[in-house]
Amino acid sequence: MPLLKNGKEVEDPWHLAVDGDALPVNGPVIVFLARWKAEREALLRRNIGVGVRLKNTDKVAELADDLDRLGVVALEFPKFSDGRAYTQARLLRERYAYRGELRATGNVLPDQLLFMHRCGFDAFEATDPRVLRNWENVVGAFSLFYQPTGDGRATVNGLRQTRAASDNEGSR
Amino acid sequence: MYAYDEYDQAIVDQRVSQFRDQVRRRIAGELSEDEFRPLRLQNGLYLQLHAYMLRIAVPYGTLSSAQLRQLGYIARRYDRNYGHFTTRQNIQFNWIKLEETPDLLADLARVQMHGIQTSGNCIRNITADQYAGAAADEIEDGRVYCEIMRQWSTFHPEFSFLPRKFKIALTGSPNDRAAVRVHDIGIRMHRNAAGEIGFEVMVGGGQGRTPMIAKTIREFLPKEHLLSYLEAILRVYNQFGRRDNLFKARIKILVHEIGVEKMRAAVEDEWQQIKDGPLVLPQATIDAIAAHFAPPDYRPQAAEQPEVERLRRSDGEFALWERTNLFPHKVPGYVIVNASLKPEGLAPGDATAEQMEIVADLADRYSFSEVRVTHAQNLVLPHVAVKDLPEVWRRLREIGFATPNLGLITDIIACPGLDYCSLANARSIPVAQRLTHRFSDLARVHDIGELQIKISGCINACGHHHVGHIGILGVEKNGEEFYQITLGGSADQDASIGTILGPAVSSKAVIDAVDNLIGTYLDIRQGRETFLHTVRRVGVAPFKERLYATA
Ligand code: HEM
Ligand code: SF4
Repeated sequence: MPLLKNGKEVEDPWHLAVDGDALPVNGPVIVFLARWKAEREALLRRNIGVGVRLKNTDKVAELADDLDRLGVVALEFPKFSDGRAYTQARLLRERYAYRGELRATGNVLPDQLLFMHRCGFDAFEATDPRVLRNWENVVGAFSLFYQPTGDGRATVNGLRQTRAASDNEGSR
Repeated sequence: MYAYDEYDQAIVDQRVSQFRDQVRRRIAGELSEDEFRPLRLQNGLYLQLHAYMLRIAVPYGTLSSAQLRQLGYIARRYDRNYGHFTTRQNIQFNWIKLEETPDLLADLARVQMHGIQTSGNCIRNITADQYAGAAADEIEDGRVYCEIMRQWSTFHPEFSFLPRKFKIALTGSPNDRAAVRVHDIGIRMHRNAAGEIGFEVMVGGGQGRTPMIAKTIREFLPKEHLLSYLEAILRVYNQFGRRDNLFKARIKILVHEIGVEKMRAAVEDEWQQIKDGPLVLPQATIDAIAAHFAPPDYRPQAAEQPEVERLRRSDGEFALWERTNLFPHKVPGYVIVNASLKPEGLAPGDATAEQMEIVADLADRYSFSEVRVTHAQNLVLPHVAVKDLPEVWRRLREIGFATPNLGLITDIIACPGLDYCSLANARSIPVAQRLTHRFSDLARVHDIGELQIKISGCINACGHHHVGHIGILGVEKNGEEFYQITLGGSADQDASIGTILGPAVSSKAVIDAVDNLIGTYLDIRQGRETFLHTVRRVGVAPFKERLYATA
């Protein structure tokens, strides 16, 4: 499946190992949380990259101590309207300081990309080809944001404070 | 009142461009109706029985005269010359053409308005006391915090796909006119023992098919933590609110199922982790927003107003209106004037383009260019000098907005019902209209006294029937319209859910049924007690007995 990463279409090097399947001989692999917990040592010993996919009912805290060993954390949108993974994403980025690839899977639609990006997702599985075509368009649709998230974008309030400070400078 | 700066304006303008492109793609066939649906709903555009309906946000019920005038223009240009003010302090237009909506939204953006988050499973328009900033009984102007919450909730990336819609209301007065206890989050400003002003936070109220009164999860929240605390509540709800059943998805069900103690623990736990983060509200930020709500330039008023005095003595109609439709203002010599959108025989909350324009003119001339929308579907001129009352009254009377019935039996709340709404079981508006005919005798209306009738066309309860002193709910029986009656609901500080009286009555019988209830009340009331007090004192039994004995 095509993958949109950091705004570009890329080859997806990761293989999703469905529970019960044998692990591939080589190549990086993504497993579900239960398997990660059960086979953690073996997975790490492969030494070629491991990622974990969480259901949107899993607690991200379960990965807290292992985040710097993971190449990918994948979160699920079973329907675009099921927004639990937005919270998981922010917790991973902002509370647990996860810096690796944060991937959105499932019903990922173009009009949701900006919200996802703001919550910390940087990779998107593009079951819908319009996701690939519309990145610039949807992420560029807005240039100003009210909420502080961990995405590094300036907030409107921040801009107001900067302006107020420079107005004060100017008047001095 | 709040005026957008270039940042607020840019966000709304960018939204219009985005939607223009989406509509173009829909009309060109690049988007199917299924794909377009969530996009149009995010802009408040519904497909109803006969046409598209557009819901426009009126944040915390405050409008400038320029905004109201523009709504009048929109009614004329894009609709059939009228709009409908709703119980959520919004306005709806019922006859909209899809291809014209981008231009309509651009016209709205010109006066700093939009339909953002008036639909969908997100944080909806935040409602407030319609008298905020003017009422004699308020602690502080709550709109400052409503505006802060408006900005925080607009396009919130984490909370745009909640289990279900989410409604927040705030009152800055101990006398709750914002029905905060039937909202997902209700916020009440008050002073703690140290004399500081902060918020009581209540959670899990709501109407719909399972009405519930919100429970307090925090007695006192300091102002600087408002946003982090809300974010904690929403985060808990986003993770744990039910998504398996649409009818159990509101936060009230979560609170009910896990209990308020567990809910409080979960929220506090989350809050502890974020409370000192970037959502802290510095005093400077609060002050900058508060500056927008600085009091207008009130003028000292003479204590004696001979002309008003004379009219009061000579014209009983004026005197009655003055006694009924005004509310005390915090500044001497000023009053709050309610324009009743409940004249005999018309749809509650409807206003024509001309009526909107005239109210806008009155606001410019007599109310510092400010207007409010109330959850009871009336309009308010919040700052009128007593000396101007005769003129304001005359002008309101000319346009049919001076019926002296505020808070009385004909000040009825009604949802759009089967005349417009695709979810309805029965009509609401005609029931309201028939009631206003039945109770057209003002002396009788005033004798009956304070009484709120609220009508919904189905169990979704958009017409607040659960919290009506008399609630009327449209149901369907063998293809016919029937109405179930509840008694004893209330939406104010001692909120309660009404009790169902008995079997539903037919459309033909429903007006007589209300009359019958009023008869019982008039017979058994003690002294000056209100209808609600009588119901609370005696219960529903006497009402029920007499109603069904004759039926
Ligand atoms: C005409 C199109 C409308 C539709 C399709 C609609 C739909 C709904 C639905 C489905 C609910 C139940 C939500 C739930 O229980 O989770 C609801 C509740 C509600 N709606 Fe509407 N509604 C409409 C118009 C209105 C209007 C015109 C008003 C204001 C007069 C309004 C105000 C409310 C209120 C106050 C509630 C109950 C409070 C609560 O959410 O708990 N709605 N609406
Ligand atoms: S209560 Fe029912 S009939 Fe009335 S507007 Fe709401 S959904 Fe429609």
